[in-house]
Amino acid sequence: MTWVGANIAQVWNLSVLHLWLSVQPIVIGFVIAVPLGLVAWRYRWLRGGLLSVIGLLYTIPSLALFVLLPPVIGISVLADANLVIALSIYAVALMTRFAADAFAAVDPVVRRSAVAIGYSSWRRFWAVDLPLAGPALLAGLRVVAVSTVSLVTVGILVGIDSLGLLFTDGLQRGILAEIATGIVMTVVIALVLDLVIALAGRLLMPWARRPPRRRRWLPWRSSRTSARGATAAEVAE
Amino acid sequence: MIEFDRVAKRFPDGTEAVREITLTVPSRRTTVLVGSSGSGKTTLLRMVNRMVEPSSGQVRIDDEDVATLNPVTLRRRIGYVLQGGGLLPHRRVLDNIVTVLRLNGVRRRSAEERGLELMDTVGLDRALARRYPGQLSGGQQQRVGVARALAVDPNILLMDEPFGAVDPIVRTDLQNELLRLQSTLDKTVLFVTHDIEEAFILGDQVVILKPGGVIAQQGTPAEILADPADDFVATFIGAERGQRALRVEDHNGTQVVVDGRGRPAGVLAEGVPRQ
Repeated sequence: MTWVGANIAQVWNLSVLHLWLSVQPIVIGFVIAVPLGLVAWRYRWLRGGLLSVIGLLYTIPSLALFVLLPPVIGISVLADANLVIALSIYAVALMTRFAADAFAAVDPVVRRSAVAIGYSSWRRFWAVDLPLAGPALLAGLRVVAVSTVSLVTVGILVGIDSLGLLFTDGLQRGILAEIATGIVMTVVIALVLDLVIALAGRLLMPWARRPPRRRRWLPWRSSRTSARGATAAEVAE
Repeated sequence: MIEFDRVAKRFPDGTEAVREITLTVPSRRTTVLVGSSGSGKTTLLRMVNRMVEPSSGQVRIDDEDVATLNPVTLRRRIGYVLQGGGLLPHRRVLDNIVTVLRLNGVRRRSAEERGLELMDTVGLDRALARRYPGQLSGGQQQRVGVARALAVDPNILLMDEPFGAVDPIVRTDLQNELLRLQSTLDKTVLFVTHDIEEAFILGDQVVILKPGGVIAQQGTPAEILADPADDFVATFIGAERGQRALRVEDHNGTQVVVDGRGRPAGVLAEGVPRQ
Protein backbone atom coordinates (compact mmCIF):
# COMPACT_ATOMS: atom_id res chain seq x y z
CA MET A 1 0.00 0.00 0.00
CA THR A 2 3.03 2.26 0.27
CA TRP A 3 2.98 2.48 -3.52
CA VAL A 4 -0.50 4.00 -3.46
CA GLY A 5 0.53 6.56 -0.87
CA ALA A 6 3.53 7.64 -2.89
CA ASN A 7 1.62 7.84 -6.17
CA ILE A 8 -1.76 9.10 -5.05
CA ALA A 9 -1.59 12.21 -7.23
CA GLN A 10 -0.90 10.17 -10.35
CA VAL A 11 -3.66 7.70 -9.53
CA TRP A 12 -6.08 10.60 -9.11
CA ASN A 13 -5.03 12.25 -12.38
CA LEU A 14 -5.29 9.01 -14.30
CA SER A 15 -8.70 8.32 -12.76
CA VAL A 16 -10.04 11.72 -13.80
CA LEU A 17 -8.62 11.23 -17.28
CA HIS A 18 -10.10 7.74 -17.42
CA LEU A 19 -13.51 9.05 -16.40
CA TRP A 20 -13.39 11.78 -19.03
CA LEU A 21 -12.31 9.31 -21.73
CA SER A 22 -15.22 7.06 -20.72
CA VAL A 23 -17.96 9.68 -20.53
CA GLN A 24 -17.37 11.02 -24.07
CA PRO A 25 -17.97 7.76 -25.97
CA ILE A 26 -20.89 6.87 -23.67
CA VAL A 27 -22.64 10.15 -24.47
CA ILE A 28 -21.75 10.15 -28.18
CA GLY A 29 -22.73 6.51 -28.52
CA PHE A 30 -26.09 7.11 -26.83
CA VAL A 31 -26.92 10.12 -28.97
CA ILE A 32 -26.16 8.21 -32.17
CA ALA A 33 -27.68 4.88 -31.12
CA VAL A 34 -31.09 6.17 -30.01
CA PRO A 35 -32.10 7.51 -33.46
CA LEU A 36 -30.67 4.36 -35.08
CA GLY A 37 -32.67 2.21 -32.68
CA LEU A 38 -35.75 4.27 -33.45
CA VAL A 39 -35.27 3.72 -37.18
CA ALA A 40 -34.76 -0.02 -36.61
CA TRP A 41 -37.98 -0.16 -34.60
CA ARG A 42 -39.98 2.11 -36.88
CA TYR A 43 -39.15 0.40 -40.18
CA ARG A 44 -39.49 -3.28 -39.53
CA TRP A 45 -38.04 -4.37 -42.86
CA LEU A 46 -34.85 -2.54 -41.91
CA ARG A 47 -34.63 -3.91 -38.40
CA GLY A 48 -32.94 -7.28 -38.99
CA GLY A 49 -30.30 -6.00 -41.40
CA LEU A 50 -29.54 -2.79 -39.57
CA LEU A 51 -29.17 -4.39 -36.16
CA SER A 52 -27.00 -7.20 -37.53
CA VAL A 53 -24.63 -4.83 -39.31
CA ILE A 54 -24.34 -2.51 -36.31
CA GLY A 55 -23.96 -5.46 -33.96
CA LEU A 56 -21.07 -6.75 -36.11
CA LEU A 57 -19.13 -3.56 -35.33
CA TYR A 58 -18.65 -4.92 -31.86
CA THR A 59 -16.67 -7.86 -33.22
CA ILE A 60 -13.90 -5.64 -34.63
CA PRO A 61 -10.93 -6.13 -32.27
CA SER A 62 -10.34 -2.91 -30.37
CA LEU A 63 -6.61 -2.92 -30.98
CA ALA A 64 -7.16 -3.20 -34.71
CA LEU A 65 -9.59 -0.32 -34.57
CA PHE A 66 -7.13 1.91 -32.69
CA VAL A 67 -4.54 1.28 -35.39
CA LEU A 68 -6.86 1.45 -38.42
CA LEU A 69 -8.94 4.45 -37.45
CA PRO A 70 -6.26 7.21 -37.41
CA PRO A 71 -5.14 6.88 -41.03
CA VAL A 72 -8.76 6.59 -42.19
CA ILE A 73 -9.92 9.79 -40.49
CA GLY A 74 -6.55 11.53 -40.47
CA ILE A 75 -5.67 11.86 -36.79
CA SER A 76 -2.74 10.72 -34.71
CA VAL A 77 -2.81 7.26 -33.18
CA LEU A 78 -1.99 8.94 -29.87
CA ALA A 79 -4.91 11.39 -30.04
CA ASP A 80 -7.66 11.01 -27.44
CA ALA A 81 -10.07 11.34 -30.33
CA ASN A 82 -8.84 8.01 -31.63
CA LEU A 83 -9.95 6.26 -28.47
CA VAL A 84 -13.16 8.26 -28.15
CA ILE A 85 -14.25 7.49 -31.71
CA ALA A 86 -13.35 3.81 -31.46
CA LEU A 87 -15.23 3.40 -28.18
CA SER A 88 -18.17 5.40 -29.51
CA ILE A 89 -18.44 2.81 -32.28
CA TYR A 90 -18.62 0.04 -29.68
CA ALA A 91 -21.14 2.00 -27.66
CA VAL A 92 -23.32 2.39 -30.76
CA ALA A 93 -22.92 -1.32 -31.53
CA LEU A 94 -24.28 -2.25 -28.11
CA MET A 95 -26.77 0.54 -27.57
CA THR A 96 -28.63 0.42 -30.88
CA ARG A 97 -30.19 -2.94 -30.12
CA PHE A 98 -31.08 -1.82 -26.61
CA ALA A 99 -32.74 1.27 -28.09
CA ALA A 100 -34.69 -0.69 -30.70
CA ASP A 101 -35.95 -3.04 -27.98
CA ALA A 102 -36.77 -0.11 -25.70
CA PHE A 103 -39.03 1.51 -28.29
CA ALA A 104 -40.63 -1.83 -29.12
CA ALA A 105 -41.46 -2.29 -25.43
CA VAL A 106 -43.61 0.85 -25.21
CA ASP A 107 -47.22 -0.21 -24.63
CA PRO A 108 -49.00 0.09 -28.00
CA VAL A 109 -52.26 0.93 -26.22
CA VAL A 110 -50.70 4.00 -24.63
CA ARG A 111 -49.18 4.98 -27.96
CA ARG A 112 -52.53 4.59 -29.74
CA SER A 113 -54.35 6.53 -27.07
CA ALA A 114 -51.84 9.36 -27.44
CA VAL A 115 -52.59 9.49 -31.17
CA ALA A 116 -56.31 9.30 -30.53
CA ILE A 117 -56.33 12.36 -28.28
CA GLY A 118 -54.41 14.41 -30.82
CA TYR A 119 -50.65 14.06 -30.54
CA SER A 120 -48.86 14.65 -33.83
CA SER A 121 -46.21 12.01 -34.52
CA TRP A 122 -43.36 14.42 -33.79
CA ARG A 123 -44.74 15.46 -30.42
CA ARG A 124 -45.75 11.94 -29.60
CA PHE A 125 -42.15 10.82 -29.98
CA TRP A 126 -40.82 13.40 -27.51
CA ALA A 127 -43.68 13.32 -25.06
CA VAL A 128 -44.68 9.67 -25.12
CA ASP A 129 -42.34 7.24 -26.91
CA LEU A 130 -39.03 8.60 -25.63
CA PRO A 131 -39.95 8.93 -21.94
CA LEU A 132 -41.72 5.57 -21.89
CA ALA A 133 -38.73 3.91 -23.54
CA GLY A 134 -36.61 5.70 -20.93
CA PRO A 135 -36.25 2.97 -18.30
CA ALA A 136 -35.17 0.40 -20.90
CA LEU A 137 -32.86 2.92 -22.58
CA LEU A 138 -31.24 3.65 -19.27
CA ALA A 139 -30.82 -0.03 -18.44
CA GLY A 140 -29.00 -0.40 -21.77
CA LEU A 141 -26.91 2.68 -21.09
CA ARG A 142 -25.72 1.21 -17.82
CA VAL A 143 -24.36 -1.84 -19.65
CA VAL A 144 -22.68 0.40 -22.22
CA ALA A 145 -21.15 2.59 -19.49
CA VAL A 146 -19.58 -0.27 -17.60
CA SER A 147 -18.30 -1.88 -20.78
CA THR A 148 -16.80 1.41 -21.98
CA VAL A 149 -15.00 2.09 -18.70
CA SER A 150 -13.26 -1.25 -18.98
CA LEU A 151 -12.45 -0.81 -22.69
CA VAL A 152 -10.72 2.54 -22.09
CA THR A 153 -7.82 0.68 -20.45
CA VAL A 154 -6.98 -1.02 -23.77
CA GLY A 155 -5.99 2.39 -25.17
CA ILE A 156 -2.73 2.20 -23.27
CA LEU A 157 -1.49 -0.40 -25.78
CA VAL A 158 -1.34 2.31 -28.45
CA GLY A 159 -0.14 4.91 -25.97
CA ILE A 160 -3.35 6.66 -24.85
CA ASP A 161 -3.04 7.22 -21.10
CA SER A 162 -5.69 6.02 -18.71
CA LEU A 163 -5.79 3.77 -15.65
CA GLY A 164 -4.51 1.15 -18.11
CA LEU A 165 -1.11 2.73 -17.61
CA LEU A 166 -1.06 1.23 -14.11
CA PHE A 167 -1.46 -2.23 -15.64
CA THR A 168 1.38 -1.98 -18.17
CA ASP A 169 3.66 -0.02 -15.88
CA GLY A 170 2.98 -2.30 -12.93
CA LEU A 171 3.56 -5.34 -15.09
CA GLN A 172 6.87 -4.07 -16.48
CA ARG A 173 8.17 -3.04 -13.08
CA GLY A 174 6.65 -5.95 -11.19
CA ILE A 175 4.61 -3.79 -8.78
CA LEU A 176 1.52 -5.80 -7.86
CA ALA A 177 0.02 -2.94 -5.83
CA GLU A 178 0.06 -0.74 -8.92
CA ILE A 179 -1.84 -3.31 -11.00
CA ALA A 180 -4.32 -3.88 -8.16
CA THR A 181 -4.86 -0.13 -7.82
CA GLY A 182 -5.60 0.09 -11.55
CA ILE A 183 -8.18 -2.65 -11.30
CA VAL A 184 -9.83 -1.23 -8.18
CA MET A 185 -10.04 2.29 -9.60
CA THR A 186 -11.48 1.04 -12.90
CA VAL A 187 -14.17 -0.81 -10.98
CA VAL A 188 -14.82 2.25 -8.81
CA ILE A 189 -15.26 4.48 -11.87
CA ALA A 190 -17.61 1.93 -13.43
CA LEU A 191 -19.67 1.78 -10.24
CA VAL A 192 -19.78 5.57 -9.90
CA LEU A 193 -20.98 6.02 -13.47
CA ASP A 194 -23.53 3.27 -13.03
CA LEU A 195 -24.82 4.94 -9.88
CA VAL A 196 -24.99 8.36 -11.53
CA ILE A 197 -27.02 6.95 -14.43
CA ALA A 198 -29.34 5.09 -12.08
CA LEU A 199 -29.88 8.23 -9.99
CA ALA A 200 -30.47 10.34 -13.08
CA GLY A 201 -33.11 7.81 -14.08
CA ARG A 202 -34.85 8.14 -10.73
CA LEU A 203 -34.87 11.91 -11.00
CA LEU A 204 -35.99 12.02 -14.62
CA MET A 205 -38.50 9.20 -14.36
CA PRO A 206 -40.07 9.23 -10.92
CA TRP A 207 -43.12 7.45 -12.35
CA ALA A 208 -41.05 4.39 -13.26
CA ARG A 209 -40.50 3.52 -9.63
CA ARG A 210 -42.81 0.80 -8.54
CA PRO A 211 -45.82 2.15 -6.72
CA PRO A 212 -45.60 1.30 -3.03
CA ARG A 213 -47.39 -1.91 -2.28
CA ARG A 214 -50.55 -1.29 -0.35
CA ARG A 215 -50.26 -4.42 1.72
CA ARG A 216 -47.03 -6.16 2.38
CA TRP A 217 -47.10 -9.75 3.36
CA LEU A 218 -45.98 -9.97 6.91
CA PRO A 219 -45.57 -13.28 8.71
CA TRP A 220 -47.58 -12.27 11.74
CA ARG A 221 -50.49 -11.25 9.56
CA SER A 222 -51.12 -14.86 8.55
CA SER A 223 -52.41 -15.73 12.00
CA ARG A 224 -55.08 -13.06 11.61
CA THR A 225 -55.98 -14.46 8.21
CA SER A 226 -56.58 -17.87 9.70
CA ALA A 227 -58.67 -16.32 12.43
CA ARG A 228 -61.08 -15.05 9.78
CA GLY A 229 -61.04 -18.26 7.80
CA ALA A 230 -58.25 -20.70 7.21
CA THR A 231 -56.97 -20.94 3.65
CA ALA A 232 -56.60 -24.28 1.94
CA ALA A 233 -52.86 -24.32 2.54
CA GLU A 234 -53.29 -23.71 6.24
CA VAL A 235 -55.86 -26.46 6.49
CA ALA A 236 -53.42 -28.82 4.81
CA GLU A 237 -50.89 -28.04 7.51
CA MET B 1 -74.56 14.62 -35.78
CA ILE B 2 -72.31 11.88 -37.08
CA GLU B 3 -73.27 10.10 -40.28
CA PHE B 4 -71.81 6.89 -41.58
CA ASP B 5 -72.58 6.76 -45.27
CA ARG B 6 -72.14 3.30 -46.78
CA VAL B 7 -68.83 2.85 -45.01
CA ALA B 8 -66.90 -0.37 -45.36
CA LYS B 9 -63.55 -1.50 -44.05
CA ARG B 10 -61.47 -4.32 -45.41
CA PHE B 11 -58.11 -4.83 -43.81
CA PRO B 12 -55.08 -5.68 -45.98
CA ASP B 13 -55.21 -9.31 -44.81
CA GLY B 14 -58.66 -9.60 -46.38
CA THR B 15 -60.84 -9.56 -43.26
CA GLU B 16 -63.97 -7.56 -43.67
CA ALA B 17 -64.48 -5.61 -40.46
CA VAL B 18 -67.35 -3.43 -41.63
CA ARG B 19 -69.65 -4.11 -44.56
CA GLU B 20 -71.49 -1.10 -46.07
CA ILE B 21 -72.93 0.44 -42.95
CA THR B 22 -75.16 3.49 -43.07
CA LEU B 23 -75.98 4.96 -39.70
CA THR B 24 -76.88 8.30 -38.20
CA VAL B 25 -75.69 9.17 -34.71
CA PRO B 26 -77.97 11.97 -33.52
CA SER B 27 -76.57 14.98 -31.66
CA ARG B 28 -76.82 15.23 -27.89
CA ARG B 29 -77.85 11.62 -27.57
CA THR B 30 -76.03 8.49 -26.53
CA THR B 31 -75.71 5.90 -29.25
CA VAL B 32 -74.34 2.54 -28.25
CA LEU B 33 -72.72 0.17 -30.72
CA VAL B 34 -72.97 -3.30 -29.29
CA GLY B 35 -71.78 -6.61 -30.65
CA SER B 36 -69.44 -9.47 -30.00
CA SER B 37 -65.81 -9.32 -31.09
CA GLY B 38 -65.40 -9.16 -34.84
CA SER B 39 -68.58 -7.15 -35.32
CA GLY B 40 -66.65 -4.06 -36.38
CA LYS B 41 -67.97 -1.85 -33.59
CA THR B 42 -64.59 -0.47 -32.58
CA THR B 43 -63.56 -0.07 -36.22
CA LEU B 44 -66.66 2.07 -36.79
CA LEU B 45 -65.91 4.19 -33.75
CA ARG B 46 -62.32 4.77 -34.83
CA MET B 47 -63.43 5.98 -38.24
CA VAL B 48 -64.94 9.03 -36.59
CA ASN B 49 -61.60 10.45 -35.47
CA ARG B 50 -59.69 8.92 -38.38
CA MET B 51 -57.82 6.36 -36.36
CA VAL B 52 -59.12 4.03 -39.07
CA GLU B 53 -59.77 5.14 -42.64
CA PRO B 54 -62.77 3.49 -44.33
CA SER B 55 -62.03 1.47 -47.48
CA SER B 56 -65.09 3.02 -49.03
CA GLY B 57 -67.92 5.33 -48.01
CA GLN B 58 -67.90 8.54 -46.05
CA VAL B 59 -68.04 9.59 -42.42
CA ARG B 60 -69.48 13.05 -41.85
CA ILE B 61 -69.59 15.20 -38.74
CA ASP B 62 -72.23 17.92 -39.09
CA ASP B 63 -72.15 17.43 -42.88
CA GLU B 64 -68.39 17.73 -43.03
CA ASP B 65 -66.50 14.77 -44.53
CA VAL B 66 -63.88 13.85 -41.92
CA ALA B 67 -61.51 12.69 -44.68
CA THR B 68 -61.09 16.36 -45.64
CA LEU B 69 -60.09 17.39 -42.11
CA ASN B 70 -56.63 17.35 -40.59
CA PRO B 71 -56.59 14.22 -38.41
CA VAL B 72 -54.64 15.82 -35.56
CA THR B 73 -56.90 18.85 -35.20
CA LEU B 74 -59.95 16.62 -35.68
CA ARG B 75 -58.85 14.37 -32.80
CA ARG B 76 -58.20 17.32 -30.52
CA ARG B 77 -61.84 18.41 -30.74
CA ILE B 78 -63.27 14.95 -30.14
CA GLY B 79 -63.21 13.41 -26.68
CA TYR B 80 -61.86 9.88 -26.64
CA VAL B 81 -62.08 7.43 -23.76
CA LEU B 82 -60.79 3.90 -23.95
CA GLN B 83 -60.50 0.88 -21.75
CA GLY B 84 -58.39 1.54 -18.69
CA GLY B 85 -58.55 5.25 -19.50
CA GLY B 86 -55.58 4.99 -21.91
CA LEU B 87 -53.68 7.33 -19.63
CA LEU B 88 -50.04 8.28 -20.04
CA PRO B 89 -48.35 6.37 -17.20
CA HIS B 90 -45.51 8.88 -16.91
CA ARG B 91 -47.73 11.91 -16.43
CA ARG B 92 -49.44 12.85 -13.21
CA VAL B 93 -53.24 12.71 -13.05
CA LEU B 94 -53.69 16.44 -13.53
CA ASP B 95 -51.20 16.53 -16.41
CA ASN B 96 -53.09 13.69 -18.06
CA ILE B 97 -56.37 15.57 -17.77
CA VAL B 98 -54.99 18.76 -19.28
CA THR B 99 -52.99 17.01 -22.05
CA VAL B 100 -55.23 18.12 -24.89
CA LEU B 101 -55.60 21.65 -23.49
CA ARG B 102 -51.82 21.92 -23.40
CA LEU B 103 -51.54 20.51 -26.92
CA ASN B 104 -53.93 23.26 -27.98
CA GLY B 105 -51.62 25.84 -26.42
CA VAL B 106 -53.63 26.73 -23.31
CA ARG B 107 -51.38 28.15 -20.60
CA ARG B 108 -50.44 25.79 -17.79
CA ARG B 109 -52.05 27.81 -15.02
CA SER B 110 -55.48 28.11 -16.62
CA ALA B 111 -55.33 24.55 -17.98
CA GLU B 112 -54.70 23.23 -14.48
CA GLU B 113 -57.54 25.27 -13.02
CA ARG B 114 -59.85 23.74 -15.58
CA GLY B 115 -58.35 20.32 -14.87
CA LEU B 116 -59.14 20.58 -11.16
CA GLU B 117 -62.72 21.62 -11.95
CA LEU B 118 -63.00 18.57 -14.18
CA MET B 119 -61.83 16.36 -11.34
CA ASP B 120 -64.80 17.64 -9.36
CA THR B 121 -67.08 17.06 -12.32
CA VAL B 122 -66.17 13.40 -12.67
CA GLY B 123 -66.13 12.81 -8.92
CA LEU B 124 -62.39 12.60 -8.30
CA ASP B 125 -60.77 13.86 -5.11
CA ARG B 126 -58.48 16.78 -5.96
CA ALA B 127 -55.89 15.23 -3.65
CA LEU B 128 -55.22 12.69 -6.41
CA ALA B 129 -54.04 15.38 -8.83
CA ARG B 130 -50.34 14.80 -8.15
CA ARG B 131 -50.49 11.00 -8.26
CA TYR B 132 -49.42 8.86 -11.18
CA PRO B 133 -52.07 6.77 -12.94
CA GLY B 134 -50.43 3.58 -11.67
CA GLN B 135 -51.22 4.67 -8.12
CA LEU B 136 -54.96 4.86 -8.79
CA SER B 137 -57.62 2.17 -8.79
CA GLY B 138 -59.15 1.03 -12.08
CA GLY B 139 -62.30 3.04 -11.47
CA GLN B 140 -60.35 6.19 -10.63
CA GLN B 141 -58.22 5.81 -13.75
CA GLN B 142 -61.37 5.52 -15.80
CA ARG B 143 -62.69 8.75 -14.30
CA VAL B 144 -59.42 10.46 -15.19
CA GLY B 145 -59.90 9.18 -18.74
CA VAL B 146 -63.37 10.75 -18.86
CA ALA B 147 -62.11 14.03 -17.39
CA ARG B 148 -59.35 14.16 -20.01
CA ALA B 149 -61.88 13.58 -22.78
CA LEU B 150 -64.09 16.40 -21.45
CA ALA B 151 -61.22 18.86 -21.04
CA VAL B 152 -61.65 20.73 -24.31
CA ASP B 153 -65.44 20.62 -23.96
CA PRO B 154 -65.88 18.59 -27.17
CA ASN B 155 -69.26 18.12 -28.82
CA ILE B 156 -68.49 14.49 -29.48
CA LEU B 157 -67.40 11.85 -27.03
CA LEU B 158 -66.13 8.52 -28.34
CA MET B 159 -66.04 5.77 -25.74
CA ASP B 160 -64.34 2.52 -26.66
CA GLU B 161 -65.37 -0.17 -24.13
CA PRO B 162 -64.38 2.23 -21.38
CA PHE B 163 -65.79 0.23 -18.49
CA GLY B 164 -64.70 -3.20 -19.68
CA ALA B 165 -61.76 -3.59 -17.31
CA VAL B 166 -63.37 -2.71 -13.99
CA ASP B 167 -65.32 -4.90 -11.60
CA PRO B 168 -69.14 -4.96 -11.79
CA ILE B 169 -69.76 -2.68 -8.80
CA VAL B 170 -67.39 0.00 -10.07
CA ARG B 171 -68.84 -0.41 -13.54
CA THR B 172 -72.36 0.29 -12.27
CA ASP B 173 -70.95 3.30 -10.48
CA LEU B 174 -69.28 4.62 -13.62
CA GLN B 175 -72.38 3.98 -15.72
CA ASN B 176 -74.50 6.00 -13.31
CA GLU B 177 -71.90 8.70 -13.32
CA LEU B 178 -71.94 8.83 -17.11
CA LEU B 179 -75.75 9.07 -17.14
CA ARG B 180 -75.56 11.90 -14.61
CA LEU B 181 -72.87 13.71 -16.63
CA GLN B 182 -74.74 13.24 -19.88
CA SER B 183 -77.94 14.67 -18.39
CA THR B 184 -76.13 17.98 -17.81
CA LEU B 185 -73.52 18.01 -20.58
CA ASP B 186 -75.61 16.84 -23.54
CA LYS B 187 -72.74 15.48 -25.61
CA THR B 188 -73.06 13.42 -28.72
CA VAL B 189 -71.84 10.14 -27.28
CA LEU B 190 -70.84 7.16 -29.37
CA PHE B 191 -70.25 4.26 -27.01
CA VAL B 192 -68.90 0.81 -27.86
CA THR B 193 -69.49 -2.23 -25.68
CA HIS B 194 -70.00 -5.98 -25.93
CA ASP B 195 -72.33 -5.92 -22.95
CA ILE B 196 -76.00 -5.66 -23.96
CA GLU B 197 -77.04 -4.72 -20.41
CA GLU B 198 -74.67 -1.77 -20.52
CA ALA B 199 -76.02 -0.84 -23.95
CA PHE B 200 -79.61 -0.81 -22.66
CA ILE B 201 -78.67 1.19 -19.55
CA LEU B 202 -76.74 3.90 -21.37
CA GLY B 203 -78.14 4.06 -24.88
CA ASP B 204 -80.84 6.38 -26.15
CA GLN B 205 -80.24 4.50 -29.36
CA VAL B 206 -78.76 1.02 -29.49
CA VAL B 207 -77.19 -0.45 -32.61
CA ILE B 208 -76.66 -4.21 -32.54
CA LEU B 209 -73.94 -5.40 -34.89
CA LYS B 210 -73.45 -8.90 -36.27
CA PRO B 211 -70.05 -10.48 -36.88
CA GLY B 212 -68.70 -9.24 -40.19
CA GLY B 213 -69.83 -5.68 -39.59
CA VAL B 214 -73.52 -5.69 -40.41
CA ILE B 215 -76.27 -3.90 -38.49
CA ALA B 216 -78.67 -6.48 -37.06
CA GLN B 217 -81.05 -3.96 -35.54
CA GLN B 218 -81.14 -0.41 -34.34
CA GLY B 219 -83.61 1.41 -32.17
CA THR B 220 -84.35 2.41 -28.62
CA PRO B 221 -83.84 -0.31 -25.99
CA ALA B 222 -87.62 -0.61 -25.65
CA GLU B 223 -88.10 -1.03 -29.40
CA ILE B 224 -85.46 -3.75 -29.56
CA LEU B 225 -86.86 -5.57 -26.55
CA ALA B 226 -90.40 -5.32 -27.85
CA ASP B 227 -89.59 -6.57 -31.30
CA PRO B 228 -86.24 -8.30 -31.90
CA ALA B 229 -85.58 -8.16 -35.64
CA ASP B 230 -84.35 -11.72 -35.98
CA ASP B 231 -83.08 -14.76 -34.13
CA PHE B 232 -79.61 -13.25 -33.83
CA VAL B 233 -80.95 -10.24 -31.96
CA ALA B 234 -83.25 -12.39 -29.85
CA THR B 235 -80.31 -14.57 -28.81
CA PHE B 236 -78.07 -11.59 -28.26
CA ILE B 237 -80.44 -9.77 -25.93
CA GLY B 238 -81.30 -13.01 -24.16
CA ALA B 239 -84.94 -13.04 -25.20
CA GLU B 240 -84.97 -16.64 -26.34
CA ARG B 241 -83.72 -17.85 -22.95
CA GLY B 242 -86.69 -16.24 -21.32
CA GLN B 243 -84.50 -13.70 -19.56
CA ARG B 244 -86.53 -10.84 -21.00
CA ALA B 245 -89.98 -12.38 -20.63
CA LEU B 246 -90.95 -11.30 -17.16
CA ARG B 247 -94.19 -12.11 -15.41
CA VAL B 248 -95.67 -11.26 -12.07
CA GLU B 249 -96.27 -13.77 -9.28
CA ASP B 250 -98.10 -13.06 -6.09
CA HIS B 251 -96.22 -13.78 -2.87
CA ASN B 252 -98.34 -13.03 0.17
CA GLY B 253 -99.68 -9.88 -1.40
CA THR B 254 -96.37 -8.62 -2.84
CA GLN B 255 -96.07 -8.67 -6.59
CA VAL B 256 -92.78 -10.41 -7.42
CA VAL B 257 -91.47 -10.17 -10.98
CA VAL B 258 -89.89 -13.40 -12.24
CA ASP B 259 -88.18 -14.27 -15.49
CA GLY B 260 -88.90 -17.15 -17.85
CA ARG B 261 -87.13 -19.64 -15.58
CA GLY B 262 -89.00 -18.46 -12.53
CA ARG B 263 -86.03 -16.60 -11.06
CA PRO B 264 -87.09 -13.44 -9.25
CA ALA B 265 -85.98 -10.21 -10.94
CA GLY B 266 -87.55 -7.75 -8.49
CA VAL B 267 -90.84 -6.58 -7.07
CA LEU B 268 -93.55 -4.58 -8.78
CA ALA B 269 -93.61 -1.04 -7.40
CA GLU B 270 -96.73 1.08 -7.12
CA GLY B 271 -97.22 4.17 -9.23
CA VAL B 272 -95.02 5.75 -11.85
CA PRO B 273 -91.23 5.69 -11.30
CA ARG B 274 -89.68 9.09 -10.88
CA GLN B 275 -86.74 9.97 -13.09
